[in-house]
Amino acid sequence: MLAKLFKFYGGVKPPSNKTLSNQQPIRPAPLPSRLVVPLHQHIGGTPRPLVQAGDPVLKGQKIGEADGWISAAVHAPTSGTVVEVAMHVRPHVSGLESLCVVIEPDGKDEWITHGPADRAAMSPADICQFLQEHGIVGLGGAGFPTHGKLKATPGVPMAELIINAAECEPYITCDDLLMRERADDVVRGIAVFRDMLQPTQVIIGVEDNKPEAIAAMQKAVEAQGEAFAVVPVPTLYPAGGAKQLIRVLTGKEVPGAMRSTADMGVQVFNVGTAYAAWRAIGHGEPLISRIVTLTGNVRGAGNVEALIGTPMDELLKLAEPNPDTDGIIMGGPMMGFLVPNEHAPIVKTSNCLIAHSERLFPPKAPEMPCIRCGACARACPHELQPFELYWHARAKDFGKTQQYHIFDCIECGCCAYVCPSRIPLVQYFRFAKSEIWAREKEKKAADEAKQRFEFKQFREEREKAEKAEKLAKAAAAQAAKKAAEAAAASEAPATEQPAEAAADPAEAAKKAAIAAAMARAKAQREAAQPKNTDELTPEQAREMAEIEARRQQAGIVPEPADAQPATTETKPE
Amino acid sequence: MDILLAIAIMALGAVVLGAALGFASIKFKVEGDPLVEKIDAILPQTQCGQCGFPGCKPYAEAIAKGEVDINLCPPGGMEGVQRLADLLGREVKPLEAEEKPKQVARIDENTCIGCTLCIQACPVDAIVGAAKQMHTIIAQQCTGCELCLPPCPVECIHMEVIPETLENWKWKYPVVAIQPVAARPSAKEAA
Repeated sequence: MLAKLFKFYGGVKPPSNKTLSNQQPIRPAPLPSRLVVPLHQHIGGTPRPLVQAGDPVLKGQKIGEADGWISAAVHAPTSGTVVEVAMHVRPHVSGLESLCVVIEPDGKDEWITHGPADRAAMSPADICQFLQEHGIVGLGGAGFPTHGKLKATPGVPMAELIINAAECEPYITCDDLLMRERADDVVRGIAVFRDMLQPTQVIIGVEDNKPEAIAAMQKAVEAQGEAFAVVPVPTLYPAGGAKQLIRVLTGKEVPGAMRSTADMGVQVFNVGTAYAAWRAIGHGEPLISRIVTLTGNVRGAGNVEALIGTPMDELLKLAEPNPDTDGIIMGGPMMGFLVPNEHAPIVKTSNCLIAHSERLFPPKAPEMPCIRCGACARACPHELQPFELYWHARAKDFGKTQQYHIFDCIECGCCAYVCPSRIPLVQYFRFAKSEIWAREKEKKAADEAKQRFEFKQFREEREKAEKAEKLAKAAAAQAAKKAAEAAAASEAPATEQPAEAAADPAEAAKKAAIAAAMARAKAQREAAQPKNTDELTPEQAREMAEIEARRQQAGIVPEPADAQPATTETKPE
Repeated sequence: MDILLAIAIMALGAVVLGAALGFASIKFKVEGDPLVEKIDAILPQTQCGQCGFPGCKPYAEAIAKGEVDINLCPPGGMEGVQRLADLLGREVKPLEAEEKPKQVARIDENTCIGCTLCIQACPVDAIVGAAKQMHTIIAQQCTGCELCLPPCPVECIHMEVIPETLENWKWKYPVVAIQPVAARPSAKEAA
């Protein structure tokens, strides 16, 4: 057991409202009428569709191939027929569409042949590939492909493997119920991660408002003889943030700029991810369903195991929403969002659906000016200064927001929660962040365009120069040829001499053959040439002979002028 | 005597400091005009020539010399004008031309005759093709400058506004809805 827990700065304690939904066991959700499975459900590359309209699919059949390393496969949640592969609305704040595979279930729920992985025969790389092929991604919220985190940073010994079971957001109880009912499989999944990462210590952090889950986990850990520490952590939002949980359990503070906590020898996985990984490795089941909390303005709140792709409104009906329900929040009340289209499907990261009503979430009074009370700075778990960030984000002074470390903000909503002026601070920060990203992208594109433009200019210059050079060469060649011909005409008898000089008979024969060929070539050439040097007056002939003699003395024309074709080396005078 | 000493000391100081300054002006000489680089970095690098200059760099040079206004770049938009005004301490002026949404060129492959005229016109080499072969546009590299439109003899190139997708979607600036005092705000806005 750990001797000491640490504290993170700030945090808030909103009413947890968890008892609404954690009283009943997990129910299986009935097969929906239609499943809309988005291909892009995680961070990273969008999987490529492997099926088309009309294809029959079996439960667990791969329908989307991972695109790149940071990506994961997508599978058919049940057996049936693919109706279409088309753009459908995604559970996203924007309400925009993305490519989805729509499956009409046949009701048989027929599995593909699947079975446990032979872990003994598999290398760590094989296991990573196996998890990717089975579509395992982080189920805590961000949806980072799990296999991408199962490798220690070279040179940094893995000290702690942390299993995040804090579940600090109000209303959500899916991890709580998962640990109560399926602790054994969760612990097996953690053991897989442990074998992959070889940490010195495995810590399961659970908020202390879930005593049943803590007890169930401790029992399962003991039953399997594992040395995992199940540690209750104080209930304080956002204790379930990865960096906050690391701080509480190990006392380590992760620098804001650090991309991966593995660089500090710590890795964090959600408890649901561990369960999903074991379902894949121990049973061969890809990630096609997840536990979703249905709560809020409903009569029958609880947790259901729902297939990925189930439409949200259809799923929420299972919990009998009250008639005054006017929207669905995906995620918790702190970080979740009101889905713009209630037909949007459940995805791998949908942990909770809250039926929204004005009674439950009374409309916020209008925003008031910031009074610089500093309450947000005291609540911020990352020790930022939200009021400063707010000023600069509001003024669109993005350079300043970066100076105030806007990218350390995890958008937990603590600052907006405590703000007495009810300023939607997180919205300002999200706006600033996405604006900065967009500008960086634009800047990159502009730089690339500039580079391409400059290269094009350079290339055009070069081509122009090359063309000019070529023309000059061609002109030179033409002139040289003319000169050579002139020389050949005047010095025809001179060529016979070298052939006669040969002594060796074989050599002589060869030379004679060459000479004969050259004579033939010369005859042909002369026959084809305009014979403007044929009928010369003796003076002209003498003049030409003199010129040629001078040229040869100067070494401009090669000696047996008619033996070679005009060469490009000869420059005209 | 004292006054001569003082003058001598001042003179010596002047010589030493003058030498130091002279040395610094040679040693730390800035090659090129840094202002042009700064202006060029703000310009969107579409190389479209809508400002009347053959590319962004010549326009940046003209701005740096103070020969032209800073509001001649439609692809940079009002925001570009604002940033140039901040950099140069000039007045913000409304754009000369209309601001357009971001576009990308598209070739109608049924109509293209493979004449290569657009390839020669593209300032960023974003068109692939060869003589009597169909041409196509590399959408990622296209700056939407529209320079390929006029040379096309069969008018097979048109501009398409880049639609909002999940990849380029941005969070919007929070707006405070003005509401009548008595009326209750609707639930959607409140959430």
